[in-house]
Amino acid sequence: MALVHNRFEDQSIRMSEATAGDFFALLKPRVMSLVVFTAFVGMVAAPETINPFLAVVAILAIAIGAGASGALNMWYDADIDAVMARTVNRPVPSGRVRPGEALTFGLVLSVLSVMTLGVLINWLSAALLAFTIFFYAVVYTMWLKRWTPQNIVIGGAAGALPPMIGWAAVSGSVSFESFVLFLITFLWTPPHFWALALFKSQDYERAGIPMMPNVAGEASTRRQIFAYSLLLAPVGVAPWLLGYTTIGYGVVSLALGAGFVWYAWKVLRMPDSDRVMKPAKALFGYSLLYLFVIFAAYLADSVIERVFALGGA
Amino acid sequence: MSDNGLVTLTDKQKKARRSRNIAIGLALAALVIIFYLATIAKFGPAILDRSL
Repeated sequence: MALVHNRFEDQSIRMSEATAGDFFALLKPRVMSLVVFTAFVGMVAAPETINPFLAVVAILAIAIGAGASGALNMWYDADIDAVMARTVNRPVPSGRVRPGEALTFGLVLSVLSVMTLGVLINWLSAALLAFTIFFYAVVYTMWLKRWTPQNIVIGGAAGALPPMIGWAAVSGSVSFESFVLFLITFLWTPPHFWALALFKSQDYERAGIPMMPNVAGEASTRRQIFAYSLLLAPVGVAPWLLGYTTIGYGVVSLALGAGFVWYAWKVLRMPDSDRVMKPAKALFGYSLLYLFVIFAAYLADSVIERVFALGGA
Repeated sequence: MSDNGLVTLTDKQKKARRSRNIAIGLALAALVIIFYLATIAKFGPAILDRSL
């Protein structure tokens, strides 16, 4: 038996059939769209202004950076993605993209996005983007995800950082206001993912991922979802309470927060025998709506405030 | 692999390679345009007005 395998023997197998679309799928476009939206809100809410073209470049760099961390996640998680119904068709587990290709793609885009943001915008936002990529790809994906049921609680920081990056890209600094935007997404992440984990617990069980329902049980998860919803609702209203927004945002965020607590309450009251888990599915759907609308309300408030400020000037 | 020892791509592989090449070409072109315009946006038109 040859000690060294001639890797040129299987040339026909080594030729890639991955299309540009497969590589685009590695960027997790749906997650990327959320990142783009929240980063844009952070940029508009920041007290300074930026050249519109540079703003587009900043958004693009943040989106590519987020996508790069998604590609690195898909490279590392290919083994567990292959056993979960939700992820089995991703480019790496389905065999369309080779793990090495995904890794290289992720690394190249990471460096490119961080350097572009640093050179063309500022180095604080670039450092925050680099930290976000590192936190998601290394701290969350390689360490927390397979180790602790608090994986998405701590790992949620990566998904919550884009508004701060957007803020830093425009103002060159971070503020408590941008931290509140971070906190909204950070506290939203556990109830959002645990609602999903409740009705997908068999998938996570098969993949051996220690999600909260698989480790602490469904009853404990339902209690924790409710507890986080009680934390999230007031934090969602905090920008108005702290004087950062008008009462318009306050009313919208209050209604959204009340809705979140209501849906979480229904999850809390869900009987153990309920295998359809409609309340958990409803909360999952509502949580997506919540995050979109609360950031849209913040955006609208910031834009209106600027228009009035211009009118008064 | 063909008789002459060279790799023969299947139609699917050729199509995929073409798709990747076009995407890389477009991305590189976009980068050139972005850095050109961003330089002007960042430093202003004065960057073109320099003594030789």
